Amino acid sequence: MTNGQEVLITGLGVVAPTGVGADAHWQAVLAGKSGIARITHFDPTPYPVRLAGEVKGFVATDRVPRRVVPETDRWTQLALAAAGEALDDAGVDLSAMPEYEIAVVTSSSSGGTDFGQHQMQNLYQNGPSWVGVYQSIAWFYAATTGQLSIRHGMRGPCGVLCGEQAGGLDALGQARRLLASGTRLVVSGGTDASLCPYGLVAQLSSGELSAVDDPVGAYLPFDVDASGYLPGEGGAIIVVETAAVAHERGTEAYSRVLGYAAGFDPRPDTGRPPALRRVIERALKDANLRPDDVDVVFADAAGVPARDLAEAQAISAVFGPRGVAVTAPKTLTGRLYGGGAALDVATAVLAQRHGIVPSTAGPTRLAPGCELDLVTSPRQPARLRTAMVLARGHGGFTAALLLGRV
Amino acid sequence: MSTFTLDDLRELLRRADEHADLDGDIANTQFVELGYDSLAVLEIASEIQRRFGVVVPDDAVLAMPTPAKAVEFINALFARCGA
Repeated sequence: MTNGQEVLITGLGVVAPTGVGADAHWQAVLAGKSGIARITHFDPTPYPVRLAGEVKGFVATDRVPRRVVPETDRWTQLALAAAGEALDDAGVDLSAMPEYEIAVVTSSSSGGTDFGQHQMQNLYQNGPSWVGVYQSIAWFYAATTGQLSIRHGMRGPCGVLCGEQAGGLDALGQARRLLASGTRLVVSGGTDASLCPYGLVAQLSSGELSAVDDPVGAYLPFDVDASGYLPGEGGAIIVVETAAVAHERGTEAYSRVLGYAAGFDPRPDTGRPPALRRVIERALKDANLRPDDVDVVFADAAGVPARDLAEAQAISAVFGPRGVAVTAPKTLTGRLYGGGAALDVATAVLAQRHGIVPSTAGPTRLAPGCELDLVTSPRQPARLRTAMVLARGHGGFTAALLLGRV
Repeated sequence: MSTFTLDDLRELLRRADEHADLDGDIANTQFVELGYDSLAVLEIASEIQRRFGVVVPDDAVLAMPTPAKAVEFINALFARCGA
């Protein structure tokens, strides 16, 4: 799919409820240390959902150029910090690369809800001339891509994918397409930060958030007591480049992107099944792999009983009941929407590097019909070469990505 | 408020960026060289609008490439509005 060129992941940057920095995040995931707690960004008392995965101790002015702070939402600030880590990690000097051959493609979902809420408050409390000019560039879904492009001088074919929780895989799919047609390096992945009253109320409208007021008992994917999911903020920025460019730069890579597929669920009244099974099959075909080549599946893990069952059925249909190890470290962070699938990819890449499949904290009893080999304590399998990451976004977005060792 | 001075403008510029270097002779330095892009200048124009109750037209940014031009423009605006 890339003119014979391998696509390599060469840099990771993580800003997550589990930790700031890829290593801090990985250590927390291994230890099963949850980042879910009572919301502190605002007083959640009047709301039916009071728990979320917040990024702790992130002060924008410490992490982001000061001039950029007043014109960006927290979601973009998290991404700028994560991109700094990812680019350092990749050891790349972007100024030495042709500016039109380096690009940014991020995943976005909520956009600048916190920034926007403040401007709406200015509007309603004071009037139109009180809305700050930066609202024009802070809220919209492409702001992170734009700010990264400007900051790092990346003038290649930049863009943004909005597929809610699936977008992080779609952004990498797009990055792969670009690397097949003249782009040398892509800064990809994504973040989200919608833990403000306006953001939370928007999320509540899906009806899929859990109202269980217990950080350990609220988000239990595939469990008999599944009651929905919890939201979180953060994500991961991922540097991808062709093998040729990486070798030329003399940099080590984490993993290879072996295959990718995307689809969209049919309307509920059509009687057709959800897209996930076919997307898994097409991703395997794209990678030229068979189901038994896959060593672990990082599940979408919606936590909503019907969606859990649909995912479990799709996985079982392809891999056989309990036919592959399945895990979802995202119970430690909540679902991160625009940042969620990107963080899953970062975690999967780290799992491959360390040879350890992290566990799924929370679920203790599988729901009927969920015939999965769910990893509930960390495993060091004999073989951890190929990982599949699944992601489904609100409304029907569905994507799958396959990662291999280098 | 009858005249708007360069020091008044400095105060607004500092509000937008407290670390900016505005102490020297900045009157004829392009805003963009001082680190203020067109959106930053528009934001300063909006602040003037809010503070002094004058209507600042949207294309004011084009008339204000430097601090000196900005001060001139704002004083002309005040004179027209009787501020």
